[in-house]
Amino acid sequence: MSIRLENIQYVYSQGTAYEKQALRDINLQINDGEFLGIIGHTGSGKSTLIQHLNGLTKATSGNIYFNDESIYQSGYNLKNLRNKVGLVFQYPEHQLFEETVLKDVCFGPKNQGLTEEECEKRAKEALELVGIAEELYIRSPFELSGGQKRRVAIAGVLAMEPDFLVLDEPTAGLDPRGRDEILDQIFYLHQRKELAVILVSHSMEDIAKYAGRIIVMNRGKVLYDDEPGKVFSHYKELEKVGLGAPQITYVMNELKGKGLPVQTDARTVEDAAKEIIKGLKRKS
Amino acid sequence: MSIIRAEEVSYEYEQIDENGEIAGTYKAIDHVNIEVEPGQFIAILGHNGSGKSTFAKHINALLLPSEGTVWVDQKDTKNPDTFWEVRKTAGMVFQNPDNQIIGTVVEEDVGFGPENLGVPTEEIWKRVEESLRSVGMLEYRNQSPNKLSGGQKQRVAIAGVVAMEPKCIVLDEPTAMLDPNGRKEVLEAVRDLQKRKNVTVILITHFMEEVIDADKVFVMDHGQVVMEGKPKEIFSQVDTLKHYRLDVPQVTLLAWELRKNGLDIPLGILREEELVEAICRLD
Repeated sequence: MSIRLENIQYVYSQGTAYEKQALRDINLQINDGEFLGIIGHTGSGKSTLIQHLNGLTKATSGNIYFNDESIYQSGYNLKNLRNKVGLVFQYPEHQLFEETVLKDVCFGPKNQGLTEEECEKRAKEALELVGIAEELYIRSPFELSGGQKRRVAIAGVLAMEPDFLVLDEPTAGLDPRGRDEILDQIFYLHQRKELAVILVSHSMEDIAKYAGRIIVMNRGKVLYDDEPGKVFSHYKELEKVGLGAPQITYVMNELKGKGLPVQTDARTVEDAAKEIIKGLKRKS
Repeated sequence: MSIIRAEEVSYEYEQIDENGEIAGTYKAIDHVNIEVEPGQFIAILGHNGSGKSTFAKHINALLLPSEGTVWVDQKDTKNPDTFWEVRKTAGMVFQNPDNQIIGTVVEEDVGFGPENLGVPTEEIWKRVEESLRSVGMLEYRNQSPNKLSGGQKQRVAIAGVVAMEPKCIVLDEPTAMLDPNGRKEVLEAVRDLQKRKNVTVILITHFMEEVIDADKVFVMDHGQVVMEGKPKEIFSQVDTLKHYRLDVPQVTLLAWELRKNGLDIPLGILREEELVEAICRLD
C-alpha cells in the first residue's frame, strides 16, 4: 500500500488578489507501515499537503495515487480513500459533539455503514488503544480533561480502522506528560498494528524521537526527505527556514567541534548520554 | 512595592448537574500566594488542569477569588470602583491568536484596545505604530490578519495588548500553536518589552526552554503552588518535575542523565554552552 504524489501544485484563491501558491512540485511516496514526520514553519504548506492525502483538498495540477490508482480519476471512490487515510486535525477535540464518549467514537464507523454492534466493538477497541478507561465511555466528552478529549478524538479516527493515520500537531497545548503519553501510544499502535503514521509537529525533539523518516517543507516545497539523523545534520540550514534541531543535536555538534569523538545523530537524550560517555572513554 | 500580590487566593467552580442544580464544587485554585515585583519576568508551569489559567484570569479580574484577595498595582480586583483600572494594568494574551483578532486590517485590530480606552485618535495611531514596531510587525500594518502566519498573528495580538500600555502582560500559552521560529519571535518580542519598557511579564507555558531566563518560576499542581524559585533551582529537581507531569529542557535532562551515570556535571544546567563546557572540563 502506498500514497504517491506526483508533481503536485496547489494554488489558493486563484485569480484573486490573495492568490498564493501553497504547494510546488511535490513528489513523494508514503509507504505502509512507515512513521513519517513532517516539519516546516507555519505557512510552509504542511497542513495543505496532508489535506491532499485523503482528497480533502484537490491539487491545482499533478496527480495522487493511492495503491497506484489515481484518486482524481472520475468515479474514484473518495469515501473509501477517507476510510483508509484517517486525518486527525489540529485541536480535534473541538469536533467532539456526541452525548457520550462511546457514541462519539461510533460516529465514524456508523457512517461507514457498519452495524451498531460492529461500531461499538470498533469504538471500544479504539478507546482501549488510546488508553481511555471503560468507566469514561458513558461520560459526556465535554467533562474530560484536555488530554483525554484529544485521545477520544483520535480514537474516533482509529475506529474507522485506517491504514494511514495522519495527525496534524496532535500534542499542541498538552502538558509534557500528556504529550509523551499520546505520542507513545501512537508509536505503539504504529508498531503493533503496523499502522502508517504521518505526524506533523513543531517539536523537533518529538519528531527526532519517533519518526523513521522526515520531510521538511519550506515555501510549499520539499526541502529534505531523509532519515532523522541526516535531516538534523543540516541544522544550520533548518534554522534558516524557521526550524532547528533538537537541543541534543546542537550539544553533540558542539562537542564534536571541540574534539570529543562522538556521533552527532543521537535521537533521544538517553542515546546522547551513552554516546558522550563512549566519546569520553574513547578519548582517554 | 509588588505589582501583583495574591494572598490565600482560592477559586471554586460550581458543577451543575443535568437539572441545573449545583451538584458540587471544584477548587481550581487553592490558597495561592504569589507576589510579583514590577518589571519581573515570571513563569508559571503546571500540567493541564493544574489551575494556572484560572489563576491567570484573576490577574485582570476576569475571575474574582472565592476566597482571599488579589491586588493588582495595589488595587483589590474585587473593588468595582477600580475594576477598569485593573484591566488596564494587566493585559492578557491567550493561546489561540484566531480568537483574539477582530480587525479586518492589522492596524485596526491593534487600535481597537486603545480606542476602547478613549485614547485620542492621534495618540492611537502613534501607539499602533509603536506597538507594531515593538513586535516586528510594522510592515504588515495594512494587511489582513487572516493571511498571517500563527507567529505573526500572535505578535499582532501582543501588539494589541501593548497598545493599551499595560504595566503587566499575562500570556497564557502564547506559543502553544506556533512553530519553532514563531515561538522564538514571540518570546523575543515579549522579552524585549520586559527589558525596554519595563513591562512585567507573566508567562504560562508548557515549553520548559522558554522559562530558563525567567526571574522566578512557580509550579502549580492541583490548584496549589508546589514549587517556586529560580529556573536553576526548579530544573535541578528533575524527578519532582516529572512527578508533576512536567519536564525539563532537553539539555538539562541530558546533564542529569550524565550525572546519573557518574559524570561530574553540576545540577541545573539550562543552556547548551553550559553543558558543553562542563563536559569538556571532564577530560
